Parts: sequence; structure tokens; C-alpha cells
Amino acid sequence: MQIERPLPTVETRAAVIDPAPHAAASAKPAVPIKVSVRNLDFFYGDNHALKNVSTPLHLNKVTAFIGPSGCGKSTLLRVLNRMYDLYPKQRAEGEVILDGENILGAAVDVNFLRSRVGMVFQKPTPFPMSIYDNIAFGVKLYRKLPKAELDARVEEALRGAALWEEVKDKLHTSGLGLSGGQQQRLCIARSVAVEPEVILFDEPCSALDPISTAKVEELIDELAERYTIAIVTHNMQQAVRVSDYTAFMYLGEMIEFGDTNAVFTAPKQKKTQDYITGRFG
Amino acid sequence: MSDLALAAEPATEVKPKANALTRLALFDRLFHWLTFLAAIIVLLLLAGVIISLIEGSMPAIRAFGFGFLSSQAWNPVTDDYGALPAIYGTVITSMIAMLVAVPVGLGVAVFLTELCPHALRRPIGMAIELLAGIPSIIYGIWGLFVLAPFLQGHVQPALISLFADAPFLSSLFAGPPYGIGVLTAGLILGVMVLPFIASISRDVFETVPPVLKEAAAGVGCTTFEIMNHVVMPYTRTGLIGGIMLGLGRALGETMAVTFVIGNAHKISSSILSPGTTISATIANEFTEAVGDLYTSSLIELGLILFVITFVVLAAARLMLMRIERKAGG
Amino acid sequence: MSLYAGRRANNIVATFLCWAAALFGLAWLIMILGALIYEGAKGLSPAVFTEMTPPPGSAGGLMNAIAGSFLMSAIGVAVGAPLGLLAGTYMAEYGRYAKITTVIRFINDILLSAPSIVVGLFVYTVLVAQMKHFSAIAGSGALAILVIPVVLRTTEDMLLLVPGSLREAAAALGLPRSYVIWHVAYRAAKSGLVTGVLLAIARVSGETAPLLFTSLNNQFWSLDLNAPMASLPVVIFQFALSPYRDWQQLAWTGALLITVTVLILSIAARALSAQRRRG
Repeated sequence: MQIERPLPTVETRAAVIDPAPHAAASAKPAVPIKVSVRNLDFFYGDNHALKNVSTPLHLNKVTAFIGPSGCGKSTLLRVLNRMYDLYPKQRAEGEVILDGENILGAAVDVNFLRSRVGMVFQKPTPFPMSIYDNIAFGVKLYRKLPKAELDARVEEALRGAALWEEVKDKLHTSGLGLSGGQQQRLCIARSVAVEPEVILFDEPCSALDPISTAKVEELIDELAERYTIAIVTHNMQQAVRVSDYTAFMYLGEMIEFGDTNAVFTAPKQKKTQDYITGRFG
Repeated sequence: MSDLALAAEPATEVKPKANALTRLALFDRLFHWLTFLAAIIVLLLLAGVIISLIEGSMPAIRAFGFGFLSSQAWNPVTDDYGALPAIYGTVITSMIAMLVAVPVGLGVAVFLTELCPHALRRPIGMAIELLAGIPSIIYGIWGLFVLAPFLQGHVQPALISLFADAPFLSSLFAGPPYGIGVLTAGLILGVMVLPFIASISRDVFETVPPVLKEAAAGVGCTTFEIMNHVVMPYTRTGLIGGIMLGLGRALGETMAVTFVIGNAHKISSSILSPGTTISATIANEFTEAVGDLYTSSLIELGLILFVITFVVLAAARLMLMRIERKAGG
Repeated sequence: MSLYAGRRANNIVATFLCWAAALFGLAWLIMILGALIYEGAKGLSPAVFTEMTPPPGSAGGLMNAIAGSFLMSAIGVAVGAPLGLLAGTYMAEYGRYAKITTVIRFINDILLSAPSIVVGLFVYTVLVAQMKHFSAIAGSGALAILVIPVVLRTTEDMLLLVPGSLREAAAALGLPRSYVIWHVAYRAAKSGLVTGVLLAIARVSGETAPLLFTSLNNQFWSLDLNAPMASLPVVIFQFALSPYRDWQQLAWTGALLITVTVLILSIAARALSAQRRRG
């Protein structure tokens, strides 16, 4: 089935998820969808950056967004937690449904949204505080916990980011003293500590060395068991390693979405094919 | 689609989060309004200054009208006041100050950016900034007790006899050597303003992209030629802005001038004679001013000074904004 | 060849002039500080810090003036610094892209360099004339008005230096704006903000003109905010212009005290910013 762009109904989406009979291994049952982007348009001032984009994020799965520079994948990610709200000339039109609610609506509490949809950025940004405080900071915002419990939460978050063993003896030193890879894992721990439902990763490994990259990719795999993950990457091999679903974007449009294996072995669109084979980048 | 799992997250977690955020929302709004209020207060301050000056000057404005600006009178007994000597003194002392401060300040800036050995660059730069930080009353007291007697004893008699026969200059440098006077005040003012100009000029010089200077050096330009033909034209707007800022400072300076200007409400052709400036007049006479018209005239002087400095400072800031934009990209 | 020689000569002359300019500037610094230390130290004694300003012809100290300066500067900074901080915060955070911020920045720069005697006149008409007497409150108010522009400018500059990525990371956790500012931006800009306050204190420590007709002067010891209060700069003004030797000596000593205070504050501010640049 040739699909130009995904259609905004659950039924058609199920069809998209289902690989074409001749290509796939086993037919998969319909996987629930956590976030659904429908007919999204995004503008930087007059610049029409996202054009009628629709895509699902499946529950407890990793969805990778790939595409050449400027295709809008980071822009799309930043719509999902309404990060663009911080800037005056940026606006979004369309729908992004999270658990039945359109998060682009005016009545939505943006801060609450962001506590449910976390984000890890390209450049590690530890706060200018101790490692402990970096994690505890977010937790303390939402709950008043006795010290013992807070300690436990911090430890849990750091374990969840595979950082505990490395920092447990220096929890009260500055977060800025860690290596790049450790800082990024600290940022991941920080996001996990506020108990989100979705975690967005915006090129999380592009500033890291290969060893740290491997550690973070392993982490993403573990995190997917509890959270819905979206990852933007310009590294196609990473998308293959890490994701269950892949979305290919080009010049602000969603070109193809599907099971990662299917997209990379038997892409349905010529543009996808050209990008994957390195015809353009 | 609604079967989605909040399976990843127990429903009990969501409520406390939402509650915590509502509590914070109030503080959030409060803080936002507080900062906005503080910002508005700055606007109100300026408006307040202008309004209070105008209001305080009204009696004098009504009594003298525009004649105030051209009158040389200053008589508390007959209640007749004029601003001309004060305006004249303000302008002349500032001009003398600029004549000293601009060449020397630029020279120091060139020195610091090009000629100074690297090891000395920080200490000398710091020394110049220390000079800028010395309060004006220190300059005043030093001028009164050290500079004025020195000028009186050694420099001024020399100047007087040097120009005694020159056609125009004899009247410019005439009269008994008081020590204090317009020239002394201008000189002190110049020394006060020079580190300020040096500092701003240095900052402006450092915005020049090194490639430009290197390109000029590459075709064989001497250091001075690079400064003259590349750096100065590039930074011209910023330099002028900095100079005008210095001028604004000089025009409004009070204490350094009050000590050594002599406080004579008259205009004389010789810069060696005493005179007065707007700020010196106000500083000296305000607390003793009896009567509404006297006080009001002093306030009107303040208004005139404020208008002059406002114009100069506004022009300076506009020029500096332009170069900041060019440098900042 | 002669053309080149000419250019070289020009360069030598210009170089010489620039060195002369630098030495000229340094010479003045040395002369002024030298005279200050020499004359001021002559009068330095414990009495300066323990006795009040004397009537002419008798010995005394500067204690009431020192205390008065300290108190009024403290109040001026306590009032002006938070205002400057909050306003600067608005300009760098909430109102960063607003048009009004450009206007406020412009106005603030004018206030920063405006003649301080005009500020004194403003406070006179607004406070002294209304209260019908001079007071330390008016003096503190004038100093506060001088503090605000300095703190505002530094605050805005320092907050603008905090990288946007840090703010985004905080926002991504769901932190409300005020939390992001308070706990992340302020924290990151902390030393810069302190530098601004130090510079403001240095500025008002030496200001004379705005105190001349707001807090006036007071011969005796007084901490009454509702009455005229002595201050070092005003006392120096009065004593230096008098014909009495003791008074003139006290004026020098007072001048030395002010200069030392200002220099210490400036050096502290500079050390903080150097530390920030290194760290």
C-alpha cells in the first residue's frame, strides 16, 4: 500500500503499523498509541517549518525521527512538550493528542504537561548545583518528602540512568564536574526523577564519545519498558539500533512512518530510499 | 486510543503533581508582576525627575521667561537671576575637559590594545579603571589643595607672561593668577573623564575582528596606520558615542568642579579667572537659598542641565547601540 | 625609500605620544593617590573613629559622619538593589522580547549617567519639601535612585549571559517560570549579580551632590532617620572649603577613608568577575 502521508484515523494507522503482507515477518497486533500528532503545522514567524505532519508515538516503544538537517524533526519534538511556548514568534496549529487531550489547547497547564513529557537535550545541561540537588530539585517541586525518601528517589533515578555506581560517593559535588557522558546521564536521571510518561530525546548522543553513546543507547532500551520514547537522531545506524518505529521527515513533511525494520529494509517512498542509501544527506 | 496506558504510571502520581503546580502558579504570577512593576518604576523615576524639575522651575519660568537663558544677573537681594554665566561655565569647562580627555583617553586606549607589553596590560588597565572609580569629591579636594596652588605658583604666571603680547591669546590667558578658575576646573574635569573615555574606547577597539587588522598588517601597514585606516573608521561610531558619554559626565559633574571654579557669577574672556557652572551654583547656594524665586531659579538651572545632558546622553546611547548591534551580529 | 621613512617616522611619533598618554594618566593617578595617602594618613588616629565632628578650632573625629554614610548607603542599597534586580530580571526574562524593554534600557542608561545633583533636586522636591525638613530618609532615597540603574544594568547583562539551553532544560522538567529564574538563572549568574551590587555600593559611597540638600549635615551623633544626618562626603565638602586647619585635615582623612572603601569594593568586584571568567 503506497501511502503519501498517514491519514488521521486509528484504523488507517493500524494499517500503517501493519507491514505489507509480502514484506514482514509476523503480523503484529495493534500497539496502543500514547501520543498522536494530527495535521500539525508549525511556524517560525512566517517560515512554515512543519507542514501537515501526522504521526503516532506508540506506548512503551521507541520511535526514531530521522531526516536531513532542517527537515523539522527537532521542531516536531519541541512541539510535543510545547517548548516553543518560551519564544514569541513561534506557533503551532493542529492537534497533538496525549491521553485523549489536545495538548496544544489554550487551557492546558504547560508546566504540568512538561512534567509528563520530559526532554533530554543535545548538549548536556546540568544545573549549577550538586549532583544530588540536580535530581532532587525536580522532585521537591512536586512532593514534600522526608529526607530518607528523597534520598531513595535520587538513588533510584541515578540507578535508572546507570550512573549511581559512578557518583554515589560524590553526590554533593557539582554536576558540572562530571564528564560529558556522565552529565548526559545525569540529565536523563533528572528527567526520570519527575516521573514522566513520555521522554523525548533530541540528538542525545551527538556530543558524546562512542562509549558514552553506547551506554546511553542501552539506557534508552531499558527506559522504553516504562516510558514512551521519541528520539531524534541524524545517525541512521543509531535509529536502527535503538528504535521500534522510524519516521522519516524531509523539508517539514512526514514522508514515511513504519516499523524500523520495514523502513530500513523495504522503504515505501523513494525519498526514504534515497536518504537511507546516502544519496543525499 | 483511550485504552492507553496510564499503565506506565500509577494514577495516584498525577494528582499531587497537579496540586503542587497550582500552588506554585500563584507565586509564579506574583513574581511576574513584581518584576514588571519594578521595571515600570524605572520609567516612572525618569518621568518623576522631569516633572518635578519642571514644576519646581515654574515660578522662575513665569518670572523670567526665556530671558533667563541670556541674562547674566545673579542678585539674591533684588531677586534677579540669569543662567548665562552658569551655562557658559558648564560648557567651557566641559570643552577644556574634552580637549584633555579625548586625545589622552584615545592614546591610552591605543596604548593598551596595541603597544603595551602583555604582562603590563592587566595592571595598567586596572590602574586606569581605578582612576575612574575615584569619587569626584577626591578630585575636588585634591584640586583645591594641590593642583590650584601649583598652577597659581608655577603655571599660570608663565602662561600669562607667555601670551602677554599675543593678539587674541592675551585676553584668553589674562588676569591675576588665582590658581582656581575655569582652566583649573576644566583640567580636573579632564582628568576625571579621561579614564572613562579610555575604558570605553578600549572596549570598542576590541570589537574589531582581528582578521581586519591582520589583513592590513599583511600588506605592510605600520601599527599606527592600522589604527588610523582600519580600526578608527571601523569603530568611529562607537568612539563618538563613548566621547559623548564622557561629555555627558563632564557636563553634569559637580564636586570636582565646585571646589576649584571660584564661584563667581560672571563671564570673562580669560580662562584663568573664576567662574561658575550650573552644578557648582546649585551645590553652593541651594541650602542657603531664601525665597521661592531663588530656589525656583536654582531648580530651573537644574532643569537646563538635565535637558543638556539628556540630549547628549541620548545621542551617545543611540550611537553605541548601533555599534553594539554591528559587533553583536 | 623616503616615503617609507616618513611613514616609519609617523609611527614612531604616534607610538611615543601613546606611551606619553599612558604615562600621563598614570602620573595623575599616582599624584592624586599619593597626596591623598600622605595628607590623609597624617590625621589618621583612633580619635577619627571615636569622636564626633568638632566645631572649628578643636580636635575631633568623623564618627558621626562615618556612621551616617554607612547607614544611608546601607538603606539606599537595601531599597535600590532589589528594585534594580527585579527590573533587570523582567527585562532579561519575562520581557526579553518586549518593546518596552528597549525603552527601559534606554531610560536606565540615561539615569545611569545623569548628573547626580539633579537626582538630589528631585528628592528635594518630592520628599524634603513635602516633609518640610531635611532627613536621612531623603538622603537614602537619593542614594537608592543612584543604585537602581547600576544594579539593573548588571543584572540584565548577567542574566542575558545565562545560556538558553539551561533555561530550556529547567522548563522541560515542568518548572514554572519563576522557579526557572530563581533557582537556575539567578544561581548561574550569582557572582555577576553580586558584582553589580558591589559596584553600586562603590558608586554611592563617594556621592556628595545628592546628599547636600536631602540629608544635609549634622554636627552631632544621630541615627534618627527623620532628621538631618552627617555623611562623610558632605562633611569633607564643608571642612575642605573652610579656612580652619583642623577641619581641612579631617577633610583629607575622610577623603582617604572614602577612597580606600571604594577601592576595596572595586577590587572585590573585579576579583569576582575574574573568578567567574576563569571558572
